[in-house]
Amino acid sequence: MPVRPVMSDMTTKWEPPQTVNLVDLGFMDARSKLIDLAAFLDRVERAGQQGDFRVQALRRAINCLETDKPGRAREVLLSFSDPSTEPIPQALTQGAVGAWKGE
Amino acid sequence: MQYIEPHGHMVSRVTDDYERMAIAGCEAICEPAFWAGFDRASAQGFYDYFRQITEYEPKRAARFGIRHYCWLCINPKEAEDMQLAEEVMDLIPQFLDRPGVLGIGEIGLNKNSRNELRIFEKHVQIAQDHGQLILVHTPHLEDKLKGTRLIVDALKNFSGIDPSRVIIDHVEEHTIDHVLDQGFWAGITLYPESKATPARAIDMFESRQGERIWMNSACDWGVSDPLAVPKTMQSMRLRGWSDEMVRKVAWENPATFMRQSGKFPL
Repeated sequence: MPVRPVMSDMTTKWEPPQTVNLVDLGFMDARSKLIDLAAFLDRVERAGQQGDFRVQALRRAINCLETDKPGRAREVLLSFSDPSTEPIPQALTQGAVGAWKGE
Repeated sequence: MQYIEPHGHMVSRVTDDYERMAIAGCEAICEPAFWAGFDRASAQGFYDYFRQITEYEPKRAARFGIRHYCWLCINPKEAEDMQLAEEVMDLIPQFLDRPGVLGIGEIGLNKNSRNELRIFEKHVQIAQDHGQLILVHTPHLEDKLKGTRLIVDALKNFSGIDPSRVIIDHVEEHTIDHVLDQGFWAGITLYPESKATPARAIDMFESRQGERIWMNSACDWGVSDPLAVPKTMQSMRLRGWSDEMVRKVAWENPATFMRQSGKFPL
């Protein structure tokens, strides 16, 4: 295989990025996702499926956005998570669904 | 700009993906052993798979000027069958001296069961006995928080395991601090739906100032994008990152970790 020039192996010290307008960069994407979420909740309610534990988990997660403190993404992820600490006796499935169903 | 794809399941990808990755600047791909999408019937299937990722994939990658490396294990999704797992783990040592093998991985947990944890610990023992680097898979979605905590606790019970030689992959906002604060490396996986988007990955890099973190596409047979890393590099530029900082996380960080194997020359 031909040898190509490679980067230095020095560990570059972190420097913060230049300030950019993050609202310009992300507002339309966030707006779109929020409307999609609202439409999803409307859709499942029209279908009478709002009682599904995943929909209930979504509604609880939405409350995490009300805080004025940073860390909203972490709090949303925590709200979907299994809070238990002991291994389960046996794995009966291989997949995950995105929200903890409870004991 | 040159970059390293530190986690890609190329056996699942078409040859055109190698070409597209090369055009985008990919110089090296590292392929952890993983689940085939179905449970394999015997250890012999793993023997062939280990030959595939140590012999055949490096040749397929080389056609496009890309170096290919790999990691060996049985994935936690197949760990409930303890007998199969034991037979597969017995195969691993004979492959460890092959030139492209970087270590043991991606081991870890899936549903956080007792058998998964036992097999995880046996893999860690193999790594400790043979002086290998470790690449850890953390569970998906609602199981990630618990699994990450169990994994960190289990690793800390091994006195011969140096956290700086272990990368715990697929971290998200609720697990990254726990991993890094315990001295391990962390991997961020860029997926269209589950795991992290480019924007969230950049947030995490900025929050931790790029320390001991790599990013990867983990492209496989599922919904995934083999160009997720260069696309995130482009997003970093739009977020005001200098070329040096993009290079730091897309090249220096993965290279620094994998050079510890003694087999990664970049």
